[in-house]
Amino acid sequence: MEFSEHIKTANVEDVVLRQPLHPPSRGTLCITGHHLLFSDREEGSSRQLLLLLRNIDAVEKRISGSSGTITIKCKDMRVLHLDIPGMEQCLNIAHSIETLSCLDGVAAMYPFFYRPSDLSLQNQWGLSSTEKYYSQMKELHNRWRLSSVNRDYSVCPSYPPAVIIPQNTDDDMLKKVAKFRQGGRFPALCYYHRKNGMVILRSSQPLTGANRKRCREDEHLLQAVIDGSDKGYIIDTRSSQQAQQARMTGGGFESKSSYSHWKRLHRQMERGKALQESLIKLVEACGDESHNMDRWLSKLENSKWLSHVQTALSTAGLLAECVERDGHSVLVHGSEGTDSTLLISTLAQLIMDPCCRTLEGFLALLEREWVQAGHPFQQRCAHFAYSHARLQQESPVFLLMLDCVWQLWRQFPLALGFSEALLLRLATEAYASDYGTFLCNSHQERCALGVTENTHCLFQALLRPTERDYYSNPLYEPTELAIWPSVHPQSLQLWRGFFLRWTQQARQLEEAQEEIRNMVIEWGKMALS
Amino acid sequence: EEHGQGYTSVEQVRLLDRFSNKSTNGTLYLTATHLIFVESSSNNSTSILHHHIASVEKLSLTTTGCPLVIQCRNFRVVHFVVQRERDCHDIYSSLLRLLRPVSYEELYAFSYNPKQNDQQREEGWQLIDLGAEFERMGVPCDQWQLTDVNRDYKVCETYPRDLYVPITASKPIIVGSSKFRSKGRFPVLTYFYQEKKAAVCRCSQPLSGFSARCLEDESLLQAISKANHNSRFVYVMDTRPKLNALANRAAGKGYENEDNYSNIRFQFVGIENIHVMRTSLQKLLEVIGTRSLNMSDYLVGLESSGWLRHIKAVVDAAIFLTKAVTVEGASVLVHCSDGWDRTAQVCSLGALLMDPYYRTMKGFMVLIEKDWISFGHKFADRCDQLDGDPKEVSPIFTQFLECVWQLTEQFPQAFEFSEWFLLQIHEHVHSCQYGNFLGNNQRQREELQLRERTHSLWAFLMSEKQNYLNPFYSPAYSEVHPVLAPSTLPYNFKFWRNMYHQFDRSMHPRQSILKAILTLRDNSRNAESTLQALESVTAPPAWCDPHRDL
Repeated sequence: MEFSEHIKTANVEDVVLRQPLHPPSRGTLCITGHHLLFSDREEGSSRQLLLLLRNIDAVEKRISGSSGTITIKCKDMRVLHLDIPGMEQCLNIAHSIETLSCLDGVAAMYPFFYRPSDLSLQNQWGLSSTEKYYSQMKELHNRWRLSSVNRDYSVCPSYPPAVIIPQNTDDDMLKKVAKFRQGGRFPALCYYHRKNGMVILRSSQPLTGANRKRCREDEHLLQAVIDGSDKGYIIDTRSSQQAQQARMTGGGFESKSSYSHWKRLHRQMERGKALQESLIKLVEACGDESHNMDRWLSKLENSKWLSHVQTALSTAGLLAECVERDGHSVLVHGSEGTDSTLLISTLAQLIMDPCCRTLEGFLALLEREWVQAGHPFQQRCAHFAYSHARLQQESPVFLLMLDCVWQLWRQFPLALGFSEALLLRLATEAYASDYGTFLCNSHQERCALGVTENTHCLFQALLRPTERDYYSNPLYEPTELAIWPSVHPQSLQLWRGFFLRWTQQARQLEEAQEEIRNMVIEWGKMALS
Repeated sequence: EEHGQGYTSVEQVRLLDRFSNKSTNGTLYLTATHLIFVESSSNNSTSILHHHIASVEKLSLTTTGCPLVIQCRNFRVVHFVVQRERDCHDIYSSLLRLLRPVSYEELYAFSYNPKQNDQQREEGWQLIDLGAEFERMGVPCDQWQLTDVNRDYKVCETYPRDLYVPITASKPIIVGSSKFRSKGRFPVLTYFYQEKKAAVCRCSQPLSGFSARCLEDESLLQAISKANHNSRFVYVMDTRPKLNALANRAAGKGYENEDNYSNIRFQFVGIENIHVMRTSLQKLLEVIGTRSLNMSDYLVGLESSGWLRHIKAVVDAAIFLTKAVTVEGASVLVHCSDGWDRTAQVCSLGALLMDPYYRTMKGFMVLIEKDWISFGHKFADRCDQLDGDPKEVSPIFTQFLECVWQLTEQFPQAFEFSEWFLLQIHEHVHSCQYGNFLGNNQRQREELQLRERTHSLWAFLMSEKQNYLNPFYSPAYSEVHPVLAPSTLPYNFKFWRNMYHQFDRSMHPRQSILKAILTLRDNSRNAESTLQALESVTAPPAWCDPHRDL
């Protein structure tokens, strides 16, 4: 792929850059295959802006006379303006940005070219895997086994090669179960609760269809899960009406008669396009500079974003309650099992399991529950809230999860080992990144493109000594207890650090966070001296 | 059951959690000053001062007992279920009696005894000295002087004795002006911005009606204008919505006609009146008191209550004042109708933005003492201290505290105190435990001999200073940013959960950054003092080398 064919004008002098939190500056603009580069030419200052083109969500151009202004709206919520002399240059630049920012081929993306001097491609890729998790959880081994039935991805294209399933379920049975579940996503273990031996499994919906088809192997597998215990719960992330309707299109739910030991609980969670539209409305509201309180509150309400946060946290709370307080195993699914399912299983694990709350533990959790479990990042994060492109598979589920984690972090500021900065960094990286971690839609796709061989791993990079401090919570005090969030609307807040991150006020709060870090380090030294 | 010790107790009472299905069993005690609930399982107790109780409601009998709902002025809401209806009725009627004191002498402040001697109490009252405060601002000076015109509260009975006016304003001018202003509240100095010699003055509305004039009032404004050489005009800020001011003209009141006053710039800023504010808070409390509230209803309710809109309006007005003074160097005269509600809010909040001193703990006390207590904000009426007119009750001071809180959220390093300080002040404005906020004005306070018969809240808060410090406070920050310029874009205003849900524990973060930081700081201070103690030992033995691990 030649990037140069898309770059008619590579350099422009005398460009004025206007960006949030900085005074306007005049300098040289340069477009490369992956970046927009701006360097200030004022004497004595060497301010530069290096922006990954992939980070650009929308480009708007306005020509007046012989010059033009390009407005760039980024996926990290930054809005930049470039005043470019020369109409033709302006149009060329805008065209290059538009084209290069949404090129399709994954193999041509920047992570395959990014070669920082302090990282080596020989480094270990990733932090966790199903195999590793299984080997750490010795208590599992009696009743659960590691299956490599999916080693060539033929049973379930979106699952990793290794999965954890009940001991007495053989691979042939699994293949049959996979045929009965959408996308082949058969029930597999994702969490083992050490305190009481209960587990969380996730899957996609069963394909019962209008004829109420059954699958003995599926029933057998689930029976094997609760073996010895009186019942299990199924948390369906759709309303019962939605689940009923799904039967018309071949989907369905686990009926009481076929799964007599499983109790279904329905919690309707927003998904897909509706969630994307919610984000679009919220981002629009946050960009509204008018001084009208009623309008702001009404737009905030109308976006429904905080309602989605509330629902996600309370559903995750329900899941955790079933496991931790009620002492039962739970199967979670919605329809495809790649979005809201992962959202609530992640949050529930954070609520219950102190191991997930360290910096490494949290990153490993994200790796298992999102990257390896097949959340289709490429589709979901193709565009942010500004893009004029027609919506396809975009949906900010991952961002919603980070928002919920932030709410947890606010309510338990000492219990989580990572900082808000980490959540902000992850929110940015999911949409545009130097690293290969969030590329592609599944393990299989990443394998085919050689992502692990040819790109660097974000999670490893975040744990480098230089970065680690910044992403750690200076007030972290591990607790073994579950951290039950309050989901009263009065207890939840707009994630200002993200949605208003380019405002002066967010900067003030960031400075205060920095201040905390410095004080804690200072006092720590004193207490040790 | 009546006890010899002077309290009543009722056993087998259940305290229901407002937002969950949890409840605790215990015993309810009614003393002369408090209603106390003691949990039988843990001996934890909830203690409610009678003065904090805003209303008591007895609901109809249920199978489990007789429900009693108590709403407090500090936003605590408790829901008891008393097993026997007769007990419930006894408590209910006792509370109703205690709830409505008719004379000041019945208030807690007159019986509260923190075991201090007279000298200590006297020192407590001397902590805040407004004369010294005006000196700190640079007044008296060549343009402003102290006047004794109100020495006997003759000119204005709701103003303090000591007032500061332009040097060129003669007594006849002052007296003339006072007759042309509602309740005699003529224009006086409340804050002096030394850097630009610009003054913030306050007063009540002029009795202008449709066309009345008052030459003395006009010359007093002229004198205020002349006292500032930096600006050729003085701003007159009417903090009311224009419509309200217009309506007042029909009653012979109104606002300044720009044609009659030379060199004024007149400006409305549109803060609503006490009745709108009271209703707004009621709506807000109704919404947030709903059980199993969902997010949409919460946000819709927050909007329709208008509460945050009103908070924003007050902050906007304070910013207007601050800009006029600090950027343009102009003097500003602020008024509303009587000049003791909105005017107090705007003047004090403006001064807080302009002067870092008011963002310290002591400075904040001084600010409240000056703009609220001494200038006659009607605390007794607004906070319903005695059984009075319910239409006079309004959360004006609460709004001021909330505006300050919103600013502390925007400028975490600019304030010496944390939100607990604001909450504690709010608590005691309503507790009537200290003398500071009793009554409606200074004259009344002197008559009540509060300095002799009650204790000062400020001394108590100062003695507990450690509890209210903001660990992020940076005096250096204030040196770089002496004047705060907050953003009032709507998204910067938040619901103040710690105020309106202070007592609803299930609403709050389960861990507090503030507490963690304070503990860490104390630990390190202890370590430091241990270190110093060790270092002070001459020739310490090797085992206590301070560089070794302790």
